[in-house]
Amino acid sequence: MEFASSRKKPIRWHIAVFLAPAVFVYTTVMILPLFGTLQFSLFRPSLVGQAFVGLDNFRTLLGDPRWSASFWNALWNNTWFFIIHMLVQNPIGVLLAALLSSPRLRLRGFYRTAIFVPTILSFVIVGFVWKLLLSPIWGVAPGLLDLVGLKGLFAPWLGKEEYALTTLGLISVWQFVGIPMMLIYAALLAIPDEILEAAECDGITGMGQFWKIKLPLILPSIGIISVLTFVGNFNAFDLIYTTQGALAGPNFSTDILGTFLYRTFFGFQLQTGDPNMGATIASMMFFIILIGVCLYLFVIQTRLRRYQF
Amino acid sequence: MKFASLTTLLMGSTVLVGSVAVASAQDVTLTIESWRNDDLAIWQEQLIPAFEEANPGINVVFSPSAPTEYNAALNAKLDAGSAGDLITCRPFDASLELFNKGQLADLSDLPGMENFSDVAKSAWQTDDGSATFCVPMASVIHGFIYNKDAFEELGLEVPQTEEEFFAVLDKIKEDGTYIPMAMGTKDLWEAATMGYQNIGPNYWKGEEGRLALIQGEQKLTDPQWVEPYETLARWSDYLGDGFEAQSYPDSQNLFTLGRAAIYPAGSWEISVFNEQADFEMGAFPPPVKAEGDTCYISDHTDIAIGLNAASPNAEAAKTFLSWVASPEFAKIYANALPGFFSLSSTPVEMEDPLAKEFVSWRGQCESTIRSTYQILSRGTPNLENETWVASANVINGTETPEEAAQRLQEGLESWYEPQQK
Amino acid sequence: MSKARTSPVRSAAAHAILITYTVVALFPVLVIIINSFKERRAIFRSPLSLPNAESFSLIGYDTVLAQGDFLLYFQNSLIVTVMSITGVLLFGAMAAFALAEYRFRGNPLMALYLALGIMIPIRLGTVAILQMMVAGGLVNTLTALILVYTAQGLPLAIFILSEFMKQVSDDLKNAGRMDGLSEYRIFFRLVLPLVRPAMATVAVFTMIPIWNDLWFPLILAPAESTKTITLGAQVFIGQFVTNWNAVLAALSLAILPVLILYLIFSRQLIRGITSGAVK
Repeated sequence: MEFASSRKKPIRWHIAVFLAPAVFVYTTVMILPLFGTLQFSLFRPSLVGQAFVGLDNFRTLLGDPRWSASFWNALWNNTWFFIIHMLVQNPIGVLLAALLSSPRLRLRGFYRTAIFVPTILSFVIVGFVWKLLLSPIWGVAPGLLDLVGLKGLFAPWLGKEEYALTTLGLISVWQFVGIPMMLIYAALLAIPDEILEAAECDGITGMGQFWKIKLPLILPSIGIISVLTFVGNFNAFDLIYTTQGALAGPNFSTDILGTFLYRTFFGFQLQTGDPNMGATIASMMFFIILIGVCLYLFVIQTRLRRYQF
Repeated sequence: MKFASLTTLLMGSTVLVGSVAVASAQDVTLTIESWRNDDLAIWQEQLIPAFEEANPGINVVFSPSAPTEYNAALNAKLDAGSAGDLITCRPFDASLELFNKGQLADLSDLPGMENFSDVAKSAWQTDDGSATFCVPMASVIHGFIYNKDAFEELGLEVPQTEEEFFAVLDKIKEDGTYIPMAMGTKDLWEAATMGYQNIGPNYWKGEEGRLALIQGEQKLTDPQWVEPYETLARWSDYLGDGFEAQSYPDSQNLFTLGRAAIYPAGSWEISVFNEQADFEMGAFPPPVKAEGDTCYISDHTDIAIGLNAASPNAEAAKTFLSWVASPEFAKIYANALPGFFSLSSTPVEMEDPLAKEFVSWRGQCESTIRSTYQILSRGTPNLENETWVASANVINGTETPEEAAQRLQEGLESWYEPQQK
Repeated sequence: MSKARTSPVRSAAAHAILITYTVVALFPVLVIIINSFKERRAIFRSPLSLPNAESFSLIGYDTVLAQGDFLLYFQNSLIVTVMSITGVLLFGAMAAFALAEYRFRGNPLMALYLALGIMIPIRLGTVAILQMMVAGGLVNTLTALILVYTAQGLPLAIFILSEFMKQVSDDLKNAGRMDGLSEYRIFFRLVLPLVRPAMATVAVFTMIPIWNDLWFPLILAPAESTKTITLGAQVFIGQFVTNWNAVLAALSLAILPVLILYLIFSRQLIRGITSGAVK
């Protein structure tokens, strides 16, 4: 780094050349359209086209009970969706990775490959498969529960307000657990053998070794996974949309910001799209994610870095 | 266009895999945007060949997308100018909005429009009726389809009144061989459309109640609007196990596999059911409250076709639209798709017995359209969406009919002036 | 060398957990594939049994294959995915190298700017993107999809790759500079080969959403000749929604190609992901 900075060339064209293609494609195809859309949140249609209204749309979204009830409902549901992933997906991912990384494990390749399979499937497939499996009509889920004598536990989960969102969260966990598993697995393999051997000399083995030595060392990876999960969950849309439809039933109990945004922006059935309010919701999503990512970058990551070797 | 040239530069090796066929100079290709992907085969095999034969030089491509994405995808394409020449029109506000934005052309003077009554055209007109912007294609009728074999086996009569209807359901339930009624609440619209809008017109007296609601003379909390919810709430005892998670295709399969006796239906089911069910089917209109009451049916204007105002092939497109307005089209369409009833004033001869049964109710009962479609779903909260949610809630038992009605009324009042009195 | 790490009880427990989870992961996929080979009533009556002589049926596949050109859809998906990944990896690595290697004014700002895209769903820009593609005459071309997916994949690729680029030893690069290599040669000859594993990781993360996307194919390239396999499968599911034979066959046809591709490449991909971390 010092080498590069100490060379005082007047204009280093190669930097521009390296950056140009990415910046160009990214700016024209992604950033300009996105900000073109987000700026709608500051306007309302009027007789003479779009009129600038400042933050009025945000006031409507947060202040008008017709909008704010839906918004807070979606935000809370989204938070719960995220909590499920943090409590279920990431621990399972860590557990599986820890098991996979134990030395001399047989069939390692098979497990790795198999557990990653759901991650490569599209939402259309995942949504449809689980709708069929959980359908009270098709009877796979009740049949399976019957095999273990627990048929009484079956409920039409996707149709019950109290279970639907949690069920969807678990389906999403099923789909994506491969990602934390892989990243943690990579991090565990990266721990130098010398450290583990030293630990063993001190008599720290097995579970103790995992908690005391490995876990602190993979914390940065867990941090990255957490932030990727956060961004992914607060942008989520497809799974809910394919299983529950745009109205995110029953009774909006599975409505998350993505589905709320879709309905508002593009419209649904007789509801005509409202790009201005849609852009307002999108901006709120953007701020929420931005805050989360900044928290990670400036608070969590700076602390975690110290553990890196 | 600056961007165009930049893009071309960037993607120097672009291979243009366009869909537009480059035909001989005078040939025109028209593309139809539609949500009816089920009808693809009928368009390709029957309707389009019939048209092209009579109109050489005009080619037609039917290009449907999934119903759930149709509105969003169509709007995006219209805004960007990449939509097809002919646009299949949803009824009322969705299409009215497109017309107001100048995206659908005015078709009031189109030759062939005179084949439709004002009622038929009302779903695709401005509020004052001065301009018509889509050619009406079909309406769908609600009612109940039943398994004739099951009814015979259990010795049941087709119910005329609500009391008889529930007595029949009780008997089927008691016997236990069949699930009395195949309907689920998971997809929400099933509960609202096959439930509320199906039986409702008998309570609010069809057009009378619907118009009174629009004028603000009746409220959704009035008994005639709450009672259908009360009846719906009673249905839950007769639906299959786990109906809360039963989706629309689940319901269809339950019935066509012969496991359920009665199916709250829309007439569009007829062609699918004919194909899949191996028992005889019959149909009856929504039962009335007391014997001798006038019956009302939902005879909903559902589908029409309009002209993309930006189409470069407007003349050819109008030729096509005039053909859609003709009795020839009505005859092919109604028979290829039994259950989609032509809106043309000329009566259409149909062969399917179930479809005939449905359409015969037009003679005995008063027709109306779905109560939430015209004007009332223009604001936020959206009355149609809320009705879906409320109907499902009421059947699931998570909301009482009164609470649901109260919530809907408050939502409507919050933005609809005539209701604020 | 360590008894504790290989005790039979411990390894049996590990296998038990892994097998359980493997079953959970594969079971739904297997149920779908198995049932796609059965006739309608058998699907309904005993969804968990294997097809036998009596219940075996290919009617679903007949229906689906008669209706759409799955081979063409598959080819479209493959072209779009491969081209987009190439674009993302090449442009992403170049930008990541610039950010990781050089100090220049505006570097942190540029990094933040390039990361913004991770935070907003690109779907929101749909109308503007579509307008652009119409202006450029790119509607119903695979190029439109490739452009969008390249842009969509870049932020995450740059984010991950620049982390890895920072780990490449400075000594090596400086030695190269001493030998008179240009910055371009240093990047292509020295750095790129070293971050290949990281590139594999990025390739996986980029591939999944592109292959599975439904929205942009629907908006930008819905024509028959440019349909992707996900869009094709969705159209079938919509069209045959009551016909379970056809639905299950369409689902299986959509699952199988990805599954086969994945099985072929999983070794490389996993080696890529994991060796990225091995020093």
